[in-house]
Amino acid sequence: MTVNKPSSGRERASSKSRAALLAGCAAAAALTLTACGGGTTGTTTKDGFAQVPQKDGALTVWVDATRMDAVKLYQKLHPEVKLNIVSYDGDANGSNYLQTKVQLFNRTHKGWPDVVFSSQNNEASWAVDAGFAAPLNKGLVDEATLGKFASGANDVCTVNGTVYCLRNDLSQAVLWYNAPLLKKFGYQVPTTWEEYQQLGEKVAKEHPGYLVGDAGDSFTPEIYLWASKCGANHITGPKSVSVNTSSEACTKMAKLMDVLIKNKSMSISGVFSTDFGKNQADKVLLMPGPAWYGGALFEGTFKTPAKQIAAAPIPQWKGETSPSTGNVGGGTWLLSQHSEHIKAATDFLKWVTTDNAYQGKKAPGFPAYAPAAEVWLKGQNSSGYFASDLNALKAASSQVWPGWGSGQFSQEAIWAATVKPALTQGKSVASMLPAWQDSIVKYAKSNGYKVSQ
Amino acid sequence: MAFVAAYVVLLVAFGVLPTAYAVYFAFTDAGGKVTGFANFVSTAHDFRFLDAVSHVAVYLLFWLLSLVVFVVALALLLHRLASGSASKALRFLYYIPGALAGAASVLVWLFMLDPTVSPVRSLLGVLGFHTFGEVIAPGNLPLLFTIIAFWTGAGGWIVVMYGALNNIPTDVMEAARIDGAGAWQTAWHVQIPMLRKWIVYMVILAFAGGAQLFVEPQLLSLASVGVAGRDYSLNQLTYDFAFQMNNINGAAAVSVELLVVSVSAAAVFVARSGFFDAE
Repeated sequence: MTVNKPSSGRERASSKSRAALLAGCAAAAALTLTACGGGTTGTTTKDGFAQVPQKDGALTVWVDATRMDAVKLYQKLHPEVKLNIVSYDGDANGSNYLQTKVQLFNRTHKGWPDVVFSSQNNEASWAVDAGFAAPLNKGLVDEATLGKFASGANDVCTVNGTVYCLRNDLSQAVLWYNAPLLKKFGYQVPTTWEEYQQLGEKVAKEHPGYLVGDAGDSFTPEIYLWASKCGANHITGPKSVSVNTSSEACTKMAKLMDVLIKNKSMSISGVFSTDFGKNQADKVLLMPGPAWYGGALFEGTFKTPAKQIAAAPIPQWKGETSPSTGNVGGGTWLLSQHSEHIKAATDFLKWVTTDNAYQGKKAPGFPAYAPAAEVWLKGQNSSGYFASDLNALKAASSQVWPGWGSGQFSQEAIWAATVKPALTQGKSVASMLPAWQDSIVKYAKSNGYKVSQ
Repeated sequence: MAFVAAYVVLLVAFGVLPTAYAVYFAFTDAGGKVTGFANFVSTAHDFRFLDAVSHVAVYLLFWLLSLVVFVVALALLLHRLASGSASKALRFLYYIPGALAGAASVLVWLFMLDPTVSPVRSLLGVLGFHTFGEVIAPGNLPLLFTIIAFWTGAGGWIVVMYGALNNIPTDVMEAARIDGAGAWQTAWHVQIPMLRKWIVYMVILAFAGGAQLFVEPQLLSLASVGVAGRDYSLNQLTYDFAFQMNNINGAAAVSVELLVVSVSAAAVFVARSGFFDAE
């Protein structure tokens, strides 16, 4: 972990904020009959939680390497704010670093960051119980701002109607494709999964080696099975989940994947594996995947030249009336209940999730805040990298199937440990569905979930 | 005296107190109420517990066997090369991997085992491994962890054994030679019996270290994005209990079990080998 302390920040004018704080404190005390600064803990109930006495001083912000740009931009635009920027792994791949640290801070009663970014969607599932995440829709962030997030974007942050984090970006899955290559081969972009499978079979015969997708990542089920409305991960309450991987929605997608894996038009390497990067990155014809594939995978990792990659809506099963897609991650921002700089923390939180300066113009992923997403899309469409406009992303942003939740146990880790090794050994996805369900149930139960199957 | 005092202070601060703290946690609940063996029962019922126990047991078997056989064999070989410059070079070579920090040497292996980037990819290819996923198949893990642990940990022991071999009085070796004992007979009837206490010492420490298997599977789990090595060992399970499931007391219970097993194993080895008997 590296610590950056920008030295340019000046002391904030303290008397004004202290006066405001005292006024707020008095008002809260009048309403709730909680003594301001009294009692043994000295907390004040305000904005829906017990706040510690507010102080001046640096705002501690934890971010991953990608979000470092956001904080640096904020520092540049707000030189008067003192920031203590800490970079960490962003909980990538469910590393649980944040949770580990918060559990330790809860024991030592100090050290919590004021604002923290996580690349995971399931932080609210533990951060609320741990007394870490502050409620945001009880006074800190106004309803008008919350209302402008894409529909359902903050569902993963909501526990019993209270919002505990703000979504950074959406990761709705679309169908990425190589437009000039598709044209050269004389194929059409498939609009149904049936067409998608037929195209995969054709590619295997006519252009062996080229790929229509990848099924080797830990987030593979979130792309294919989530989009197919497979009920493997239906979080029905704060500590209850319904798991059923044997429905038709699951089995027909599993069979489709098995056909394409068998004829090798669907890779099982995983798009971030060294193997894929070296041998298959230039063989991508189609690739169902999340919004961030465009910038992070094709432009960043594969270095695919400009004017090749385009985005289309993810296919639907024939006869389906409502379009549905999956979602792979999309980060969240949390504000600490223990913060001594709640005003500054809230200002930063609001800026980083909604301001066009970052979300609209600089963010690498599709912003969860709809007005910023509009600006972001315009910027992407005029950037000249993509071979089509990215409007498919906008449509998909409200089509994420709500029947797949974010529990405390990591679905990605379960798939990686249960299904992925079996695929490597040549077993089929369909044959692994029962073992997958069994594993989800076990992990859910051991995390204290009530499981219905 | 001052030296011993400093040692005692450190031992109490970083050895005895944490252990006592863990024992206290193991027999209480989150609120500090004494719960008897409840934490032991609940963690033993976790669906990963028995798997982790068998993983660690198999690993210990592989690791201790390979350690005893190869370390003793290599030390004997090194000793036979006597004080030539080849012996010096080899001694240094054996020791190098041990000088790398544990996690760093495991990272070296993550490159070695990935056929796309491995310097020994042709060897992996001959063995039928063409992707990282094939190399880290569940059945291969005990062997992989043993190889990694041997590479990182055995060098130091080879040097220690070599030193012990040098301590065998020359008149004993001389007598064996005059009696017509060859290299094999000298090794089997003279050197290995005289190394016995060193071997027991190595096994006790290696057992305690091996039972706490953590870095190898944890790093492999990160490198393979969770495909292999997650929740593999008991120590990883304690980490998971403590931080993912906020069950510090359960984690303490499992670590107390590890302590009891390691101390008992050491006691058996010490008793059976006459480790502390005066010569």
